[in-house]
Amino acid sequence: MIVYIILIPLVTAIIIPLFGFINKKLPFYVTLLSAFTNFILVIRTAKKIFSYGTERYFFGGFEAPFGIEYVVDGLNSIILIIISFMFFIITVYSKRSLEKEIENRRLPLFYALYTLFYTGILGIVITGDIFNLYVFIEIASLSSYTLIAMGQKRNALMASYNYLILGTIGATFILIGIGYLFMATGSLNMADIKLRIVPLYHSKMVRTAFAFLTLGLMLKLALFPLHVWLPNAYSYAPSAMGALLAATGTKVSAYALIRILYSVFTIEFDMKIIPFNQIFLLISLVAILAGSTLALAQTNLKKMLAYSSIGQIGYITLGISLSNATSLQGSVLHIFNHSLMKGGLFLIAGGIFYKLNIENIYDMKGISKRMPYSMAFFVILTLSMIGMPFTVGFLSKWYLILGAIEVGRYFVIPIIVISSLLSLIYLWRLVEISFNSDVDKKEISEMPVSMMVPVIIISLLTVFLGVFSDIPISLSREAVKIILGS
Amino acid sequence: MYEIDKFLPLMIPLTALLAVPLIYFFRNQRDIRDGVSVLAPGTMFALAFLVFKNFYQNKEPLFIHILDITPTVSLQFRVDGASILFSLIASFLWIITTIYSRGYLGGLREKKQTSFYAYFALTLFATQSLAYSGNLITTFIFYELITLFTYPLVTHKGSDEAIKAGRKYFAYLIGTSLIFFLTAIVLTLSLKGEMSYKETGIFDGSESVEMLLLIFLFFLFGVAKAAIMPVHAWLPAAMVAPTPVSALLHAVAVVKAGVFVLYRVFNFVFTPDIIAGFNGHFIALTFSAITIVVASMIALRQDNLKRRLAYSTISQLSYIIFGFSLLNSHALTGSLYHLIMHAFGKITLFFCAGSIYVTTHISEISKLDGIGKKLPITMFCFAIGSLSMIGMPLFGGFVSKYYLLKGIAYSDYQLLFAIFGISTLLNAAYFLPIVYAAFFKPPKEEIHLEAKESQRSMEFALSITALGTIVLFFVHGFFYPLIGV
Repeated sequence: MIVYIILIPLVTAIIIPLFGFINKKLPFYVTLLSAFTNFILVIRTAKKIFSYGTERYFFGGFEAPFGIEYVVDGLNSIILIIISFMFFIITVYSKRSLEKEIENRRLPLFYALYTLFYTGILGIVITGDIFNLYVFIEIASLSSYTLIAMGQKRNALMASYNYLILGTIGATFILIGIGYLFMATGSLNMADIKLRIVPLYHSKMVRTAFAFLTLGLMLKLALFPLHVWLPNAYSYAPSAMGALLAATGTKVSAYALIRILYSVFTIEFDMKIIPFNQIFLLISLVAILAGSTLALAQTNLKKMLAYSSIGQIGYITLGISLSNATSLQGSVLHIFNHSLMKGGLFLIAGGIFYKLNIENIYDMKGISKRMPYSMAFFVILTLSMIGMPFTVGFLSKWYLILGAIEVGRYFVIPIIVISSLLSLIYLWRLVEISFNSDVDKKEISEMPVSMMVPVIIISLLTVFLGVFSDIPISLSREAVKIILGS
Repeated sequence: MYEIDKFLPLMIPLTALLAVPLIYFFRNQRDIRDGVSVLAPGTMFALAFLVFKNFYQNKEPLFIHILDITPTVSLQFRVDGASILFSLIASFLWIITTIYSRGYLGGLREKKQTSFYAYFALTLFATQSLAYSGNLITTFIFYELITLFTYPLVTHKGSDEAIKAGRKYFAYLIGTSLIFFLTAIVLTLSLKGEMSYKETGIFDGSESVEMLLLIFLFFLFGVAKAAIMPVHAWLPAAMVAPTPVSALLHAVAVVKAGVFVLYRVFNFVFTPDIIAGFNGHFIALTFSAITIVVASMIALRQDNLKRRLAYSTISQLSYIIFGFSLLNSHALTGSLYHLIMHAFGKITLFFCAGSIYVTTHISEISKLDGIGKKLPITMFCFAIGSLSMIGMPLFGGFVSKYYLLKGIAYSDYQLLFAIFGISTLLNAAYFLPIVYAAFFKPPKEEIHLEAKESQRSMEFALSITALGTIVLFFVHGFFYPLIGV
């Protein structure tokens, strides 16, 4: 029953404050339990999907297109897997990290909203109803505004406020788009709209809907130049929340964009009727270069990682805009990989802050002597970000390059190469600073075990899945089958 | 028997990898740690010898498929004459270098010795794997790993100067390989749909001339480890590393890995006939000839001994590329011989430079007057190494130059004899004055010897490699089945 994937975290979010009355430490264990259960549930569901095909659930027994429909198919199961995995692992990490960053009495509130955010992003992924999509986007957004505002520094309030304004504009655009679509087709079910919309392709209403939907999602996706809310939001939020946002927030919006482009509208509409893909390709390339260049200019570690995310989002949209099977596989893989890698990097940044209270890169001289294992894993994740073979980062870039060659867009290759070099420079800077220094040998002071284990697991996974790449590749191949409807 | 045949070559890099945790585990027992560092290459050398024996019987290249990363990208190994040759030399010289390092690091009381040995083993793992790589992407992976593992060795000192040099090293090698090497691989794959090395070449000559030329140039300049000008500047920069690193890695393992990749590109990705078809050899000849002469001229002006040796290496590496681009079998034989001979000659010279530095703290050539009386064995071996580099008969360097000259004679470019003439004169001009000054000039100031106890293991190591250059002259026929052109 796929509806439990939503129900478990939703119910947990509601009962967490009650546990908070009993003991301020209980909410963590409740969240952990629910995260773990959900992860197992998602894995079991995904297994079932791959042997028996798409699974649907009708809310209240009202069948689609009239009732609300939940769908799990080849495309969203890979996203569900990575989201629930990252949520579980970041929850493990959050315990010690939050002890430092948030007062004890606010812990129940944090965990309640944290789980509610999780419910929201799961809902975005799982729903087959376009209005329901909007509702979940709002659930996720509203809870994330609050969570960001819980950051230690006063800047967190400003970051949250910025995100609130821009996020609301984005969500409103999405809502307007949905409204136009409903007016044109009289339906809210994605699969149903796809059937009804074909004769209406030249209607101005449908085109306006398309414009509002894509623009709204690009804002939520933080695609350059609509990225201004992201760096502050990621870096001022509590470390665990920043990592979760980086690992899942924009990825889910990317997924929603793929759904809208390919499961509500069709490729013919995106490519032939309006030249959306060409514009989108251009924006993606600019985003890739701009994100990497801006990251180069940062001195705050978390901000650097956040700007790097903006560049990496460009990769995801690049694959979407090239719209052939290979490049789309690259996109889906990159959603998966980048969630893993960037999540891991943010966790390490949080760990450094936890232990040494440092955020500025240039203050990190010789920290590899104090945190040798963290920095070793940082190097592994860096290599993956650059796209070194034997790490997952290689797979997605490889598929994107092959996809670009397939449609004859050779100019994409140098841009990917340049961006890889830029990311090498901005990430290696930290490696260089932390490894080479004349600082005398200091006591090793690593992060606590519960923060270290998630980092270890993520780093090992980036290598493991990069070597035994059958799992991500076959998963993403299933996803592409669904996207292209074959 | 057949199964063991397939398993054996893989054991060689694995042995190096296995040595890493052992070295780390015995970090506090210095003798056991150094013992592991000698035992590992010893095992590898024995294994490589067994592989050689099998190859000698079958004379067939062996293919080993490990795993698929994506449907088109797979990890694949290939065991043939050239790979065994490279593997034999790298593992043999590692044994000697470890003996040498013990004296060198001990004499200077270096810190971080364990990580030094560990990264050394990791580099050798990557080098051995590269030697047995069976397709372009496998080669690329280990090519990059070599850069990564040698970076901590280059910045070993941790001083600002070392970090700056390390940055240059990293930028040149990673930059060129990502921009050119990888692009060339992707273009090859997108044109032909495969990238395993084949005797008949991946390309069959049906492709457009411009595209082939572009890919060829991307390979030539993307493999910066071969240090053809203008992508050579990383090599002099890397000389800040401790001398054993310069000796084994920047005279043998790293630079020879670059040349080895070019060997694969010239003969197994393209074939000589196809390269002649789009005149690629002409460009390669021009650039390598310029590098041979210009690098020697720069070497002449260096006062720092290690930098002079570095520029000499750049020049000598281009001999090998030069031999590939002559596109005939004599020159190819000469190139592969030069890979061996230069390795032995240059490692001897670097060992001598390190030995001088440890015992007297002198690194400038102008201060070496009269040092031959204080360090007779070192300077005698330096003379042997120099003579081999110049290409005197009775020394290994003669064999390779002989075949290279024969290659020129059989090609259409007899004028290039002049390049060899000039270069040999230049070699003599920058090596022989050092030897002369060391033995026959009176010392400018009193030279004090330190660290006598570490001198023995260093002199032992450098005598063996010096002896090697002489022995190789007489037994070079032994390698003929491996070079087998």
